[in-house]
Amino acid sequence: MDKILEVKDLHVDFDTYNGVVHAIRGVNFHLNAGETLAIVGESGSGKSITVRSVLQLLASNATISKGEVLYHGDDLLQKSDKEMDKIRGNKISMIFQDPMTSLDPTMTIGKQVAEPLLIHNNVSKKDALKRTEEVLRLVGIPNPAARMNDYPHQFSGGQRQRIVIAIAIVDYPEILIADEPTTALDVTVQAQIIDLLKELQQKIGTSIIFITHDLGVVAGIADRVAVMYAGRFVEYGSVDDIFYNPQHPYTWGLLDSMPTLDTNEEARLNSIPGTPPNLLNPPKGDAFAPRNAYAMQIDEEEQPPFFKVSKNHFAATWLLHPDAPKVTPPAAILKRYEKFQKLGGNAK
Amino acid sequence: MTKYILKRIFYLFITLFIIASLTFFLMKMLPGTPFSNQNRMSPDQLKIVKAQYGLDQSVGVQYVRYMVGLLHGNLGTSFQFNNEPVTSLIGQRLAPSMQIGAQAMIVGTVLGILLGAVAAIRKNTWADTLATFVSILGLSIPSFVLAVLLQFYLAYKWRIFPVALWDNFQSSILPTLALAALPLGTVARFMRTEMVDVMSSDYIELAKSKGNSNWKVVTKHALRNSLIPVVTIIGPMAVSVMTGSMVVENIFSIPGIGEQFVKSITTNDYPTIMGLTIFYSFLLIIVYLIVDILYGLIDPRIRLGNGGKE
Ligand SMILES: Nc1ncnc2c1ncn2[C@@H]1O[C@H](COP(=O)(O)OP(=O)(O)OP(=O)(O)O)[C@@H](O)[C@H]1O
Ligand SMILES: [Mg+2]
Repeated sequence: MDKILEVKDLHVDFDTYNGVVHAIRGVNFHLNAGETLAIVGESGSGKSITVRSVLQLLASNATISKGEVLYHGDDLLQKSDKEMDKIRGNKISMIFQDPMTSLDPTMTIGKQVAEPLLIHNNVSKKDALKRTEEVLRLVGIPNPAARMNDYPHQFSGGQRQRIVIAIAIVDYPEILIADEPTTALDVTVQAQIIDLLKELQQKIGTSIIFITHDLGVVAGIADRVAVMYAGRFVEYGSVDDIFYNPQHPYTWGLLDSMPTLDTNEEARLNSIPGTPPNLLNPPKGDAFAPRNAYAMQIDEEEQPPFFKVSKNHFAATWLLHPDAPKVTPPAAILKRYEKFQKLGGNAK
Repeated sequence: MTKYILKRIFYLFITLFIIASLTFFLMKMLPGTPFSNQNRMSPDQLKIVKAQYGLDQSVGVQYVRYMVGLLHGNLGTSFQFNNEPVTSLIGQRLAPSMQIGAQAMIVGTVLGILLGAVAAIRKNTWADTLATFVSILGLSIPSFVLAVLLQFYLAYKWRIFPVALWDNFQSSILPTLALAALPLGTVARFMRTEMVDVMSSDYIELAKSKGNSNWKVVTKHALRNSLIPVVTIIGPMAVSVMTGSMVVENIFSIPGIGEQFVKSITTNDYPTIMGLTIFYSFLLIIVYLIVDILYGLIDPRIRLGNGGKE
């Protein structure tokens, strides 16, 4: 498979009043052509900053201190802002989290959707508006020809998110980055938006990076999942790997705090106790250690490397070291392992 | 939209009626008469003069007479200024005042918007500091002080502009600058605050993520949105330019209505005071009406909220 995007050893720092925040501390991942990669993790783990770095849409106090962002082998971090303008909205586009505030309140939505077309292609206004109408119909805005002249406040939240999606796909991007596109919406609308993204992916063949802190929506959309904690990835693999053969205690915690249909015992949600570390002074060892019931001496001292679990499944936990003692994961996770075996996988 | 404007024009007349009545009665409550310092007149002479101006009638009759006149566009006759009708007095002196007033508003607003926008875009740089310094100067120096300073240096010492003369565009520059400082400072400060806010909003980020250059992001998205609240302060600013112009016109000896207003107050010239008050109110109400229409044009949310089109 073709890697169309590869992020290598990304480090992002923020200059703040209290000092330097090391928000991203060495992130590696890649995106294959045509697939959907989900990035999950608690609030503040660095998901948005990671993907914003790809397009260099960061706050002015941010510095990408190290790393490469290879797009078809070309390092985007070496490009000027002008060169990046040619990629943004054209090759790589982004869907933001809050549909209520993402649209310009004083511009008709037709103009807003047509904008990327007019910026990146030598098309007439008429053709651009024609394509805009098509795309609005595609994302499910009824009567698009007339509604193109309306302003954002005349649409519901779900409709506005569809418009935001229309803006992102209007110029057939190769990569679509969706940063929590459904968080602000109610559950039924969430499901509709996810279905829409899947449908669009089939129609226009984009690769998607889908960010969420809700593992529940991941299964429905992703091919692969990367789990993020305190500015690093801690585990990544296929959806089945992460859901039914998770290895990192943080992933266990996330899965445990997720309501599912088959947790038919009273859906008692266990959120992970404790809080993420302060990234002004990142810990020397494993950042998750203080919250990890399975932490060992070495977790305090040294950051775990990635251990290979299976062909495309890796986890950064000392528990996978050959010399580590065998531990028994929580009961709910064991149940998942059983299911994995039924699926034909080879759980640990 | 038309319905809305018609409604506003109806309110305009009601407001004018109330203002005219209030000014009339307030004026009557003032001590002294236009002729009280003319002690060379005998009581008989005074009686004749009073009768001539209708001042011997009861207040109620005077009021009705005045309002009927007003309805016909008649603002009465001045006690001073050669007994001219007030309307023609205002008419003769309107042009210079309107010219420097409008020039000051345009220069102040446009420069203020530019200054505020530059300050916001170059936030926390020397350009921002400079812009903030200039706008605070504009805000804190009273227009008459600035007028005197400009007159002394640019006109008297360096002789770049006429000291006090009213003939060509040249002579309108200094008074315009003196009056423009306050709107410039106010608009610049407002604009900066607003635009800093707008520049950090989600839709600006989305605009950037579409591939817009920084320049396009500002001109196509940020400016218009930042202008919305700025439009609301145009009304109050017009008020301060009008009051400022009264003094500034005096300093530069401009034959405008501001200067006339001051004179008519010092001489108890009731009809002129009233006429000018009503005229100023009319002007202000028109400015506010224009501001509201502008507001609706810039902000689509308002347009619909007021039962406009659609
Ligand atoms: N402008 C900034 N200045 C300082 N620190 C920042 C800034 N932006 C982000 N951070 C820090 O970077 C870290 C990662 O933030 P990020 O927005 O990527 O989180 P996230 O995983 O997307 O969370 P969420 O699910 O809430 O969106 C956070 O700890 C945050 O405090
Ligand atoms: Mg985020």
